[in-house]
Amino acid sequence: MKKPFNRRKFIKNAGLGYLAAWIGMESVYPIPDGYLPLALSQNQDPQKLFGKHKEMRVLNDQPWNIEAQAHLLDEAITPAEKMFVRNNGIIPEEVDPATWTLTIDGESVSQQKTFSLQELKTQFPTHTYQLVLECGGNGRSEYYPPAEGNQWTVGAVSCAEWTGVRLRDVLQEVGIKDNAVYIGYYGKDSHLSRDPNKNPISRGIPLAKAMEDQTLLAFAMNGADIPIAHGHPLRLIASGYPASVSGKWIHRLAVRDKVHDGEKMAAPSYSVPCEPVQPGAEVSKENMCIIENMPVKSLITYPKSGAMLRPEQQLAVRGHAWAGANQIRSVDYSIDFGATWQPCRLQDPVNPFAWQHFDANISFPKKGYYEVWAKATDSQGISQPMLTPGWNPKGYLNNACHRIAIKIT
Amino acid sequence: MQHLPANLRLLIGAGLLVLVLAGLIFYFFPSETPTVLKDGEMREAEAPLPVDDVDGAIENGIHTPTGLIASEGVHLVIAHCTACHSAKLVTQNRADREGWEKMIRWMQQTQNLWDLGEQEVAILDYLAENYAPVKSGRRPPLTDIDWYELKD
Repeated sequence: MKKPFNRRKFIKNAGLGYLAAWIGMESVYPIPDGYLPLALSQNQDPQKLFGKHKEMRVLNDQPWNIEAQAHLLDEAITPAEKMFVRNNGIIPEEVDPATWTLTIDGESVSQQKTFSLQELKTQFPTHTYQLVLECGGNGRSEYYPPAEGNQWTVGAVSCAEWTGVRLRDVLQEVGIKDNAVYIGYYGKDSHLSRDPNKNPISRGIPLAKAMEDQTLLAFAMNGADIPIAHGHPLRLIASGYPASVSGKWIHRLAVRDKVHDGEKMAAPSYSVPCEPVQPGAEVSKENMCIIENMPVKSLITYPKSGAMLRPEQQLAVRGHAWAGANQIRSVDYSIDFGATWQPCRLQDPVNPFAWQHFDANISFPKKGYYEVWAKATDSQGISQPMLTPGWNPKGYLNNACHRIAIKIT
Repeated sequence: MQHLPANLRLLIGAGLLVLVLAGLIFYFFPSETPTVLKDGEMREAEAPLPVDDVDGAIENGIHTPTGLIASEGVHLVIAHCTACHSAKLVTQNRADREGWEKMIRWMQQTQNLWDLGEQEVAILDYLAENYAPVKSGRRPPLTDIDWYELKD
C-alpha cells in the first residue's frame, strides 16, 4: 500500500519471467492503473482490533486464528485478551443487539419461533458457568505426517465464565418433536469468498448434549458483553465438545431429525477414524466418526518454559486440567521423562466442564537440564499419553502431556 | 458561457479543473485503506489478485508482506491463494505435492476456488518445493527455549 502501481515497473518485472504467468490473465483480469494489490497490505493488528494480549500468536489473519501460549493461560478464568480465536469465516461487520433475533426451526420443532435478544434474556432463567472451550485441532502442529490446517500448538483452549440461558429451556418453550436428534447452528459470519450462499461453518450437537445444564445460549462472557471476535451478541456454548460446536454470532438453530448436515459437519472436518489407523493412512469418509467429547488434558501455566533456578531453589509449578465430560481425578508431574511420577495438589471444578487447578513444589536433585511433564487422569482412569496420540488425517485431539524446560545452574 | 463575465468563466473553469483532478486522483489512488481494517477486509475473491513488485519486497529470501519464500512461482501463490485467505495458511502448513493438490481440489470443490489452469503446475511446484513436510519424531526435543532467571 505504500506506493501506487507503476506500469513500467510491472513490465520490468514481467520481463524477469513474470510475463508468462500474467500474459493470459491480463486480458481476463485487466489491472487498472493505480490498482494497489490488497494482499500486500496486511497490517491488521489483533491488539488494536480485538484488544488481544501482545504475546498472543497469530496463525492466520484471514480468517482470524490466534492462539495463546501456555504461560498466558495462568489465570483461573481466562480473560478475553488471552482467549484463542478460531474463526472459519469473516466476522460480521454490523451487529446490533437491539434488533438481533434467534429463530428456532428445523424438521423437528413443533412450530418455528423467533426470539429477540431481549426476550431470551428476560423470558428464561440466567445461568453462569466457567466452561472450557478447546479447539478440536489444538496440538495439531505435533502430528507427523503433518495435518493441514492451522498449526495450533497448545494455546487453543480457554476457560471463561459464560452467562446465558439454557438451550434446554428455550427448546422446551418452542416445543420439539420426538424424532429430534440434533441441533444445528447458523451464524452471521460470512464465507471467505464472500459468497452469500455459503456458510463458513454450521455445526451442531446431539440432542442429549443440547439438553445439559451447562449448554447455554450465552450473551455475556466474564461479566461483560461477549467480545465480537468470540461471538457477540449470541453464542452457543457446549463445553466438552470441540469448540467448533459452540457457534458464534448465531441467529438460527435448526432442530434436526438427523445428524446436522451443515458446513464442516461432514468428514474429514472435526472427524477422526472410527478405528485406529497407521500414520499417513488414507481414510474414507464412511470410516470417519464425528468427534464428540474432547480427551483428558492439562497445561502447565507457571512458570513459563525456560526458567533457570539456583540449586537450592524450589520450583512452584501450577496449571489446569480438564477432560471433556469427565472430571479430573489426579494430576502428576515427572522431572525424569516419566520414569517416576509425583502427585500434584488438585482442586475440584467449580462446576461441570470447568477446568481444575493443580500445583506442586518441586526440588531438583542436582544441576542440569530438566523438563517438568504434567499428566492428568480423568474419572474413568484415562490418562494423557506422553507421545502424540493416534494419528488422524486432520490432526485432531492431540492431548499429549505438556512439558516445560527448566535449568538448575 | 459567452454571456458570463470573464472572471466567472475563469472560476467555473478552475472549479471544473479541480473536479477533474479529484476524479483522476480518485481513479489512480482508489484503494487507500483505513488504518484499522475490519476482519478479513473486503476482497474481490472471484479472481486472482494482480501482483506488483514482488522483487522489491524481498528480504533474506522472504517476500516480507506475506512471509512466503521468494522463489519461482511465489507471485502466482500470492495472486491465487491470498485472494481469499491469509498467506499464513500456506506458510504454516507442510505437505507433499499430492497433499497440496488435495487441498487445492478441496478448495475448488467446496470453497469457490477457481480453476488454476496451466498455472496450477507452477503453483504445485512452488508449494511442494518450499513447503514440504519436515520429518519429526513422535515427540521432538523442546527447541527455541527462551531461558530466563526465575526469582523466588
